Amino acid sequence: MSLGLALLAILIVALAAGWLGFARAVRLRSASRLHSLPSYHGAYAALWAAIPALLLIAAWAPMQSRLVDRAVLASPEGKALPADAMQRESILSEASDIASGKIQQGFNPQSSSVAPRIQSENTRFGLLGGVAGILLALGAGYWAMRRSTPDFRARTGVERWVMVMLFSASLIAILTTLGILLSLMFESLRFFRMYPAQDFFFGLQWSPQMAIRADQAGSSGAFGSIPLLWGTFFIGAIIAMIVAVPLGLMSAIYLTQYAHARVRAWLKPILEILAGVPTVVYGYFAALTVAPIVRDFGLSIGITSASSESALAAGSVMGIMIIPFVSSMADDSIAAVPQAMRDGSLAMGATKSETIRKVLLPAALPGVMGGILLAISRAIGETMIVVMAAGLAANLTLNPFQSVTTVTTQIVGLLTGEQEFDSPKTLAAFALGLALFGITLLLNLIALHIVRRFQEQYE
Amino acid sequence: MSAATKRAASRWTDESMTRRVRRRYLSERLFRGAGLLAISLSVAFLAFLLWNMGSKGLGGFSQYQAALPIDFTKSDLFLDPATIKGPDARTTVAGADLSTAIANAAERAYGPGASLMFSDAAADRLTDAIVANPNMLTGSSTIWLPVASKIDVAAKSDDGDPAAEKLVAELQQRHALKRTFNTRFLTGSDATDPSAVGVWGALKGTFYTILVTLLLAFPIGVLASVYLEEFASRNRWTDLIEVSINNLAAVPSIIFGLLGLAVFLDIMDLPRSAPLVGGLTLALMTFPVIVIAGRNAIKTVPPSIRDAALGVGASKMQVTFHHVLPLALPGILTGTIIGVARALGETAPLLMIGMRAFVAAPPNGISDPATVLPVQIFLWSDEVDRGFIEKTSAAIIVLLLFMLLMNGLAIYLRNRFERRW
Repeated sequence: MSLGLALLAILIVALAAGWLGFARAVRLRSASRLHSLPSYHGAYAALWAAIPALLLIAAWAPMQSRLVDRAVLASPEGKALPADAMQRESILSEASDIASGKIQQGFNPQSSSVAPRIQSENTRFGLLGGVAGILLALGAGYWAMRRSTPDFRARTGVERWVMVMLFSASLIAILTTLGILLSLMFESLRFFRMYPAQDFFFGLQWSPQMAIRADQAGSSGAFGSIPLLWGTFFIGAIIAMIVAVPLGLMSAIYLTQYAHARVRAWLKPILEILAGVPTVVYGYFAALTVAPIVRDFGLSIGITSASSESALAAGSVMGIMIIPFVSSMADDSIAAVPQAMRDGSLAMGATKSETIRKVLLPAALPGVMGGILLAISRAIGETMIVVMAAGLAANLTLNPFQSVTTVTTQIVGLLTGEQEFDSPKTLAAFALGLALFGITLLLNLIALHIVRRFQEQYE
Repeated sequence: MSAATKRAASRWTDESMTRRVRRRYLSERLFRGAGLLAISLSVAFLAFLLWNMGSKGLGGFSQYQAALPIDFTKSDLFLDPATIKGPDARTTVAGADLSTAIANAAERAYGPGASLMFSDAAADRLTDAIVANPNMLTGSSTIWLPVASKIDVAAKSDDGDPAAEKLVAELQQRHALKRTFNTRFLTGSDATDPSAVGVWGALKGTFYTILVTLLLAFPIGVLASVYLEEFASRNRWTDLIEVSINNLAAVPSIIFGLLGLAVFLDIMDLPRSAPLVGGLTLALMTFPVIVIAGRNAIKTVPPSIRDAALGVGASKMQVTFHHVLPLALPGILTGTIIGVARALGETAPLLMIGMRAFVAAPPNGISDPATVLPVQIFLWSDEVDRGFIEKTSAAIIVLLLFMLLMNGLAIYLRNRFERRW
């Protein structure tokens, strides 16, 4: 029996328990006054029948595959498999594909002999888990249904279950954060055991190509992250911001201070479309259209090293992507400045632009700065534009026409393609991820702090 | 200097003062002009981007077909019209070597250089034609078949491969070339031949992935925002939840990909490249967005609604689920659509969990290998063949249409149902 079937059976049991609980409560109501509505009695029974059993199945499902694997290996067919772990794994995965009907015939003939065993073990353990789940549903549902009496507080019971669900939903946020931190740290620690941490954080060389054989000359792999961090900073925090900050800020000022309400109603959503365009589209645009223009421009002003994967192309397109973000942050900060300050300045005879430059902007500056920091954090975490338009060469250069590489580009480069999970190349990606997570977290916290302090100032 | 001269300078009709005022007005106009320039530049960028994609991509929706006179009696197909019927008809026909027959016929009709002038999709088209009318096998007939990518590029532009351009000129002279709507682009899947690719497989993968995302992120997001807004007491625990949700909404998407790779693939051993894993990863990314939108929507429901419901004897839970949540739902839905639209355009985390595999058949469930539209665009953009350029841009048009549709729906919902209290 498959677990899917068991799930269906549990849902049917829960529905039946709910209906029986409801019917029982209706019968009780004809005799005396109930504390809770009959529907709550029904829901109480149904929840008790469904939730514990579903939790059991959820816990059983991952365990089942391990149990099946162990049972198959212990069987005579399993013992005949080669001792080499990698060969055995590939035969087993083929065999389970045959067992589930995905493929007809394996590459390795042995897989066909193991397949029936996998199938039978799957059935056995599936039956075990499924029957246990159904029995639990029946038992818990029966118990909950029997509790219905006229003064039984079914509604309180149901609300307690709902409360548990609400709380566990919000726990997922913490679990996700923990999951990110733990998985990044765990894999990074494994990486630092193979490669010294100070070389990673302060090394100036990045060339992750490892020699395939130990006696091969040349690259043993150098994982110094400084060129990557510089490239990330150069593209995301310098070039992109040179494009995004003036355009975003001036757009926000024009929209909020000068534009007619009807013009604003049209322009603001149009600006938001820029933020909604998927990053892969920007990346394609940068690589196919902007990069050749930038390269030809670089060559025409006499920069012979101008690359077709220049930092300028990726950075400027990223800046365009960030414009609406900067603009909306600036918009919020300017709107938060009290009207009295603006009125005071205008009443003194200052022109509109003088008021904006000398009163509104200084007052809104902390908010704008916070917004820019958030924008930088977003820009350095951006992946597709740099993967498609920036290069893979780790250069420490100030020349925007040359190619630089970024943290995210390298993560994608290291993790795509065939991989083993414990090579330093793969693990280096997690160390880079940890560095990226740390930097963006820091930027976000500082930015949120600045913005909050600024908002409190005028409240 | 005495006070009297200062007072004299503040006469507004003075020449120095009028000059000053003029200068101030000029800087006002310049500043205003700079603002206008900034916003028009931004809009111009958007227009250029859309025009660029549109002009490159529209060609991807059309395809050139060439007429192929084919004499079945001379081909070595060994197909008997009598056997081509019933449910197995397609398999019978597909078993014959149609590609060779097409190449031979093309060579006979247009010269020795033309043997590769037809697309990989031509054999499929010929199969359809034969199944529809088996009796054509007994004689000779002329069929329109899609041309190969090289010929297609040469026909659409003037700077294609010289040999292909020559062939195109000859075909046009013989009126054996016509432009048709490329239905295969909407119904097919990935292929190695750009003239045979389609987005249907990627669209189906996107559908399954987003379905998983929505089914997980929406309930969890709504429940969490209800808990944080209506039930949680202010303490360190709630602060921790709040901080982590706000932070998760700003974590780079690629980090979620690393999480998915380490947890879902490595620890939980779920299938690689499957919409299930992609959906799970995107759900973790999307639900903080839904929580933030949900909390804002719940906050706007005025306390008088809660007080009134509590006053007539509803429990706290009933107040929340019978009154507050329905009133906040439009706002929550708007936030959900925006979050899902973001997930729909996401590429990087899905690359991490292996959704970049070459998948030539559309997935039939959430655990089949699949790819999604943004990743398909990324994969095609990496191809060297020139024929892929217009296909990539055409796929981008499809993706942008979807984004526009979803954002339009969000705006409609906001304007139609959101209440101002």
